[in-house]
Amino acid sequence: MSARRIDIAVTVNGEAVHETVEARTTLVDFLREDLGLTGSHVGCEHGVCGACTVRVDGVVVRGCLTLAAQCDGARVETIEGVSDSGEIADLQDAFHKRNALQCGYCTPGMLLTAQELLKNGGTPSRAAIRQHLSGNYCRCTGYHAIVDAVEAVARARGKA
Amino acid sequence: MNIVDDLPPVLTALDRPNSYIGRSVPRPHLARLTQGRGQYVSDVTLPRMGHAAFVRSPHAHARIRRIGTEAAKKAPGVIAIVPGAELAEVMTPWVGVLTHLKGIKSAPQYAIAVERACWQGEAVCAVVAKTRAQAEDAAELVEVEYEELPAVTDAETALDAATPVIHLELGDNLTFERKHEAGEPDKGFATADTVVETTFVFGRHTGVTNEPRAIVADWNPGEQRLTVYHGTQAPHMMQNLFAKHLGLDEQQVRVVTKDVGGSFGIKVHTYADEMATVALTKLLRRPVKFVADRLESFVTDIHARDHRVKARLGVKNDGTITAWEIDDLTGIGPYSVYPRTSGIEANQIVNLTGGPYACPNYRAHARVVFQNKNVMCQYRAVGHPIATAVTEGLVELAAVKIGMDPVDIRRKNLIPDNAYPATGPSGIKFELLSHHAALDKIVAMMDYARLRAEQERLRRERVYLGIGFASFIEVTNPSAAFYGVGGARISSQDGATVRLDAQGAVICHTGVTEQGQGAEAVMAQVVASAFGVPIERVRIVTGDTDNTPYGGGTWASRAAGIGGEAGWQAAKALRSQVLAVAGSILQAKPESLDIRGGVVVDGATGTERIGLDEVARVAYFRPDTLPPGFQAELMATRHYVPRAWPFAFTNGIQASWLEVDPDSGFITLLKHWCVEDCGTVINPQLVDEQIRGGVVQGIGAALFEHCRYDERGQLLNGNMADYLVPMAAEMPDIEVGHVVSPTADSELGAKGAGEAGTAGAPGSVMNAVNDALRPLGARPITEMPMTPEVVLHALGRV
Repeated sequence: MSARRIDIAVTVNGEAVHETVEARTTLVDFLREDLGLTGSHVGCEHGVCGACTVRVDGVVVRGCLTLAAQCDGARVETIEGVSDSGEIADLQDAFHKRNALQCGYCTPGMLLTAQELLKNGGTPSRAAIRQHLSGNYCRCTGYHAIVDAVEAVARARGKA
Repeated sequence: MNIVDDLPPVLTALDRPNSYIGRSVPRPHLARLTQGRGQYVSDVTLPRMGHAAFVRSPHAHARIRRIGTEAAKKAPGVIAIVPGAELAEVMTPWVGVLTHLKGIKSAPQYAIAVERACWQGEAVCAVVAKTRAQAEDAAELVEVEYEELPAVTDAETALDAATPVIHLELGDNLTFERKHEAGEPDKGFATADTVVETTFVFGRHTGVTNEPRAIVADWNPGEQRLTVYHGTQAPHMMQNLFAKHLGLDEQQVRVVTKDVGGSFGIKVHTYADEMATVALTKLLRRPVKFVADRLESFVTDIHARDHRVKARLGVKNDGTITAWEIDDLTGIGPYSVYPRTSGIEANQIVNLTGGPYACPNYRAHARVVFQNKNVMCQYRAVGHPIATAVTEGLVELAAVKIGMDPVDIRRKNLIPDNAYPATGPSGIKFELLSHHAALDKIVAMMDYARLRAEQERLRRERVYLGIGFASFIEVTNPSAAFYGVGGARISSQDGATVRLDAQGAVICHTGVTEQGQGAEAVMAQVVASAFGVPIERVRIVTGDTDNTPYGGGTWASRAAGIGGEAGWQAAKALRSQVLAVAGSILQAKPESLDIRGGVVVDGATGTERIGLDEVARVAYFRPDTLPPGFQAELMATRHYVPRAWPFAFTNGIQASWLEVDPDSGFITLLKHWCVEDCGTVINPQLVDEQIRGGVVQGIGAALFEHCRYDERGQLLNGNMADYLVPMAAEMPDIEVGHVVSPTADSELGAKGAGEAGTAGAPGSVMNAVNDALRPLGARPITEMPMTPEVVLHALGRV
């Protein structure tokens, strides 16, 4: 039942946040409900679909399998943060041009996961891109356009 | 943003300067979704909003003897605990029947079960609390005493005398039955040299929209108005249903639909828990939100398919098909889903089977039965994947039996491209299809001869590759023949209102909705082209029953073909009206003027005459300078519904290239092709992506997706880990090609493209698997999903 509350201090998209959360509150619920950062989505709440993907201390995690309380002292980045910083502007542009999203519900998680792969540098093969994105479900696109967009950005970054 | 000119328009009626028709225009306003700044219903919060959770029946069939709410009422944050009987005082039940499906019957369904729960997952009590977590906590404290009743789970025995009748007042478990006979099937079979006969089994599956169903309902007693934020494909239909079952007038109900996280036909139905949420806000006089969690989605989102089809085909040794026969059986859960009914999929299978082919001799029997499982209803490509897999499975089995190439047997039997208008074996009418052109194109795209050689070469190395085809037809642009004639208040017409704003930009309000297909982009392209402005000067407004023309929404591939035509006509009308104002200002004849690139120009020379901003300024702020008696009208509305044809049938063909590992039974998809003909292609990229997404949903059905029930009606794999959907790594690249046969029913000539991918993929993959396994002497697989276990069974290895 509702239960223990815990004070946490988290840096979210560069802003210092001090909140009191229930011990059971997941990171994605905390972001969405307490901070109003609704760009991270809830798809399955059991760690399979990847819609809730966010970064904690630079590493991509499932927002539904991470407790907010675990993030005390951590640096959390969401789609809103990486959009404002311009870090993935080229990737977002490529998704838009290539229509690599339809309903857009998987897109924030898909972008963060793709960025994780692209950060390694080089131009991964289509198979490697597909493999890396396999923890993020998309029901609309059939994935082909997403792979195209990620591949195009890898090439462009390689040239830059 | 760059616009890719990859498919020039072929139509003269659409020849406008700077036309966007046929161009891959990126979708407007899309950056909000790439930046996580969309507004899905899941994101909506309102002041004083309560969150609903539902206590759901753990039994497939049970009498509800008592609901104890004392402990739950005391739980933290609880606002109300509402059992079904209490909610029934606010909301009337419904019955999912349509008069044109002769004899279809169903029982009254309540928002929350009142006396009996009829499937595992049916809501028996609502809990509203300040947070969803608190509502779920309290739901666990609701004590429900059940008396378990026998569950009817096997469709094959549902009509047996020994099987209990689920709804006694209906007399039996038969929901709907259709028999159809055309031509001379008996004679056709008698003249055949060979008859192939088999049974196809299609597993139940579901849509798994990434955003689960979501609704926020807000009854304002002061205004006596209900506002519903709803992830739906059909806002006006839902407005009608909410009003009807709450005893309100439609004008008291506003349905607002912004971003929708996937729909695919899942979000076009009446869901009991959503109706309950709407009733709860009326009861509690405060906003109530319900978002299904994933486990609830699996037991309450409509399921689909689950058909067993016994099928026969007669063929002569020269490849001529002489007759078809099918017997379809499907179990649809305990209620026919409201308001579209659960009889449509079986009906479509009867309509579509054999549809691409010239053979007129056809007999079909379809039965739809009740059972104690989650309800089934229309999901993307309703009936098409089944009809196509049955038809194309039979055709390729026949080809093997008579030793004919699968391409050749199709060339021999597909309706000739010069034979239109034509009629299918079920009586469906085709305006203009292009089966042979599509077949020729796909054979060239895939380099068929090279793949056959490759297959042959690798077989010698004991690598088993397969090629499978599936020609298909697709129902799009439905007229009133689909639902309206059956008494459902589901609009087949759609409207668009276009107005010039005070700076000369164009605002278009449309009755069709956006769930990611790109309906907004298509509307913007059409309006910009017809009116004559750069596309950046067009803003599209959708999804609000207070602010859009009355329309059907987006389903059955109708948005571009029907909504687009309304937008085209409205923008043309506005152009005339604006030119009347400009002519008045310029003292020129309106017919001598045109609007190009956002400027009023002389039609003959293209010389700029006056900017739209100036026309708007004069009309809105200095109308005193216009001639006496002249009134500027800067808003136009047009509606459109197809009239010449009940449906705009489209066609196409798919091909699958895959490898089967006979040791593990694993199937690896190597490549997939689709050539389709949706008439005028307004935006090639969006059409291609509809095809690709649809293909992958079809592949999901063919290989992975299955709602597995046990004999007691318990769903065994109702979670995202155990219910498999296609992942990126398992999917092939998909090449898409087009043939363009516009419909003459509209000026745009556009037909739909949303179902095509899903329609043809399962049949082509099934045929490819069987092609791969043939040298190993496997029994042909006619069951989906084709899991490794199914493959190994076919090989006799397990």
